[in-house]
Amino acid sequence: MTFLYDYVHYAGCFALVLIGLYAVLVKTNLIKVIIGIGLIDTGVNLFLVTTGYIRAGTAPIFSEAAAQGETMVDPVPQALVLTAIVIGVSVLALALSLAIRLYRHYGTLDLRKIKELKW
Amino acid sequence: MRKLISLVVLLVIVTGIGVSLVVTPFGAEEAEWEPPSRRERVNFGRYYVHEGLEETGATNIVTSVVVGYRGLDTLGEVTVLFIAATGLAAVLHAAAKKPVGSDRKPASLVVFTGCRFLFPLILLFGTYVFVHGHLTPGGGFQGGAVVASAFLLVILGCRGRRLNEETLSLAESLSGLVFVVAGLIGLVVGGAFLLDFLPRGTPYLLFSAGIIPIIYIAIAFKVGSELGAIIDKLSGSPG
Repeated sequence: MTFLYDYVHYAGCFALVLIGLYAVLVKTNLIKVIIGIGLIDTGVNLFLVTTGYIRAGTAPIFSEAAAQGETMVDPVPQALVLTAIVIGVSVLALALSLAIRLYRHYGTLDLRKIKELKW
Repeated sequence: MRKLISLVVLLVIVTGIGVSLVVTPFGAEEAEWEPPSRRERVNFGRYYVHEGLEETGATNIVTSVVVGYRGLDTLGEVTVLFIAATGLAAVLHAAAKKPVGSDRKPASLVVFTGCRFLFPLILLFGTYVFVHGHLTPGGGFQGGAVVASAFLLVILGCRGRRLNEETLSLAESLSGLVFVVAGLIGLVVGGAFLLDFLPRGTPYLLFSAGIIPIIYIAIAFKVGSELGAIIDKLSGSPG
């Protein structure tokens, strides 16, 4: 039980990644596939932030009330994820624009009807 | 059949990741088990937390990592964002023949009035978030996203009102130029790209932390204008 309590946040990240992977592999609607890519993105970001977490830690921001550094969480994953979120948004927008072009060309978002795209 | 194969692939991935992560120690809590002499070499986060305030002058350690220690990395990330926005514009530009938005129904009076009331407030909040990026939670990326959400509100609430694309691209180019020129001045003055050539000032004050606020404001303008352009292009293309 303590094992589960210690690692439940990691389990949550992996559940998110796997749900997203399932959507990418199985779903045939292009919008749902893009939602799956977004879920994978979120899960990976959550995992990176979680690796830097210290139990009962505080945000890595100094303030005059409490200017101590011992209980602060790791700032490096937060800094990396900060940029990764914005880039994830722009990559999702790029995928959506490609979906718009596909819909305009084929008249459908069903991947089974778009030739040479899905097995 | 296809679902079965997908589930098998998923199971293989689950067992692979699970086994490799169970045996490998990782994360900030695991690094506490290292002897103290090795800890700062193993865990860079400890080093940044202990030395970041003195070395960069920013009280928000995440900001000092993003703009101070890893400024070149951030320049690359901003470039990735720019390339994604350019690709989206190129993909959507070829097919946009007739301008849409004129045939849509206008938004209701409540949405229209609320949009006009909230737009300056959201802009003000976004500006606060990115100007105080080195002191409080927030920064250029977050503030830029808040500003872009204000543009999204305008596009949703005031139909037919489009953003000025030339102004957006001008703001985006100028802010990117500010970032690179600030780095080049550091190269000329001190011999290192993105060197902090301004005085640190007193911590906890608005005018402190050297070039970090300047670069973060430039990043905020770049992110805000790029996300605004993305929203504008996506909403303006016929579905």
